[in-house]
Amino acid sequence: MNIVVLTKPVPDPAAAAEKLGPDNRLDRAASPAVINGNDEYTLEAALQIADGHPGEVEITLLAMAPAGGAETLRKGLAMGATRGVLVTDPALAGSDAWSTAKVLAAALGTLEFDLVLAGFDSSDGVGGVVGAAVATLLKLPYLSSAAKVEPDLAGKTVRVQRISATGFDVLEAPMPALVVGTQLLGTPRYPSLKGIMGARSKEVAQRSLADLGLTTDGADAVGGGAARTTVTAKRTPPARGAARVVRGPAAEAAKELAAFLAERRLV
Amino acid sequence: MPNASDASRSTSVQYRLTEEQQLLRETLRELADERIAPRAAEIDRTGEFPEDIRQLLAQHDVLALPFPAEYGGIGADLLTQCIAIEEIARACVTSSLILSVQGLGSLALVLAGTDEQKQRLIPDLASGAKLIAFGLTEPEAGSDAGATRTRAVRDGDDYIIDGGKRFITNGSVADIVTVFAVTDPDARTSKRLSCFAVEVPTKGFSVVRLEHKLGIRGSPTAELSFERMRVPARNRIGDEGDGWKLAMDTFDRSRPGIAAQAVGIAQGALDASVAYARDRKQFGQRIGDFQMVQAMLADMAARTEAARQLTYKACAEIDAGTPDRARWASMAKLVAGDTAMAVTTDAVQVFGGYGYTDDFPVERMMRDAKITQLYEGTQQIQRLVIARSLLGRGG
Repeated sequence: MNIVVLTKPVPDPAAAAEKLGPDNRLDRAASPAVINGNDEYTLEAALQIADGHPGEVEITLLAMAPAGGAETLRKGLAMGATRGVLVTDPALAGSDAWSTAKVLAAALGTLEFDLVLAGFDSSDGVGGVVGAAVATLLKLPYLSSAAKVEPDLAGKTVRVQRISATGFDVLEAPMPALVVGTQLLGTPRYPSLKGIMGARSKEVAQRSLADLGLTTDGADAVGGGAARTTVTAKRTPPARGAARVVRGPAAEAAKELAAFLAERRLV
Repeated sequence: MPNASDASRSTSVQYRLTEEQQLLRETLRELADERIAPRAAEIDRTGEFPEDIRQLLAQHDVLALPFPAEYGGIGADLLTQCIAIEEIARACVTSSLILSVQGLGSLALVLAGTDEQKQRLIPDLASGAKLIAFGLTEPEAGSDAGATRTRAVRDGDDYIIDGGKRFITNGSVADIVTVFAVTDPDARTSKRLSCFAVEVPTKGFSVVRLEHKLGIRGSPTAELSFERMRVPARNRIGDEGDGWKLAMDTFDRSRPGIAAQAVGIAQGALDASVAYARDRKQFGQRIGDFQMVQAMLADMAARTEAARQLTYKACAEIDAGTPDRARWASMAKLVAGDTAMAVTTDAVQVFGGYGYTDDFPVERMMRDAKITQLYEGTQQIQRLVIARSLLGRGG
């Protein structure tokens, strides 16, 4: 079974250095890059599937990013992914979500897969639409808000627990399918040290737009020049008011907290 | 001994952390911050060996670092091992000692063991299923390791070992103790000792007592007694008379680990101090806004980085096979140990009265720092090693 995990290199939130450049595009030099946090949860789900079926599952990380993205993918390889594929091309700078989806869909067209996993959204763009757009472009069954992913390797189906207002909906679809995961999939593992030492020997294949048969001209153009959305202005949100911290023994603190919320009709 | 021109020549070994080393550092920092740091105060308070941390380190292959890949290890170079020790020590020195001692105790085996011995003993050490301790020090043979009295006498296919060891880190929790004992009392110092991998428990082996210590309180420091303890000759590491050389070769590679531990402690104390200086207010402003506090923090940061760079450089020199490895190892340990002591003492000062209480981690760090000036050779012994390397033994 082949699982492709969409992994986006994003500015490291821990560095708190994310900012836009003068062109209102992300200033990638300002902050170190890491794998998008939500994508680590879907990678964890893929690794758990692989753990449950030793030797039967290969996991490919697929990213669209500047060339340095290959280094960011190493952590995912150290966690246990089999290989990486990085679509990188200077013309892709400034791509919008639609363009990104078209590029990822084209890249998936060159890979063998039974399941594509995508994170809920990315911590830099926070659009949350790329997964759905890729599924639409490839006409794949789309299963969203997954708290659990259970593929049936023999039956070629995948079953998903989707978060609902009252609990979970259980969905089933034939594979290949695309699943958008949530943080309920399970806490991402640390890379093991053996994994770190072995990550260098794993392949990160690079693909350009030409390799994927894509262009920056015409009706099907991708890349920054073809972006349908642009950031026109930016401003910092106003500072939040002082936080109130509830302390004391748990039982009393809980009462105080409940009263606070009830007062504001929040519960 | 190298002559003066050897010792003073400039060296060209350069180092730059590889991508693996950086990812390993980030991973261990996260692991230490999230899983080890929250346990550090309790480990110190109870003085109990942190079995959970040992399992955590084993589960993440951390204990495999010092061992060759063909026996189930990772085969990390000294610099990589030291980065790992540093990151764990930044959160909890006791926990970092589990890795340090796994390397210290097994170096003789890795350097001089036969293939059969390595096949038999290393895989369980690399997986963390077994722990190993290093048994050289005796009550009357501390800095003067040549005064070792523990005796090993050949008896057929075995040796019978009588005597005892003191200040043996992890001596009460280890499954193997690397014991140095006299096999030829009439030989000169460098040929008197032999080295044995003693698998315990075994008849005649006992843990007499554990030390009550100022710091590294969760790391059991044991006094061991050997009474007619029978050890198979196939567990002798190296030839008879090789013990002294194996012990000294061990120190050349283990002292940088203590230096790394010291750098980790200093970094932990610096990080805690910076966070406190940002947060704590007196006279209506953050204490970090006061220049006298700023000066302390600046000195702490500069000293810590200097100690780190010397430690990494020593590792790189030793990894590259420098003939001056003893001097590099001693210089790193000397500078880093003194740095850890100074920086943690300043950290307590930055915290003021609160720093003297166990509400904050810096008093523990200060107590833990002291050991890095004492074990694996006191700072005085390090200076002796450095001076001998510069001047020659007779100098």
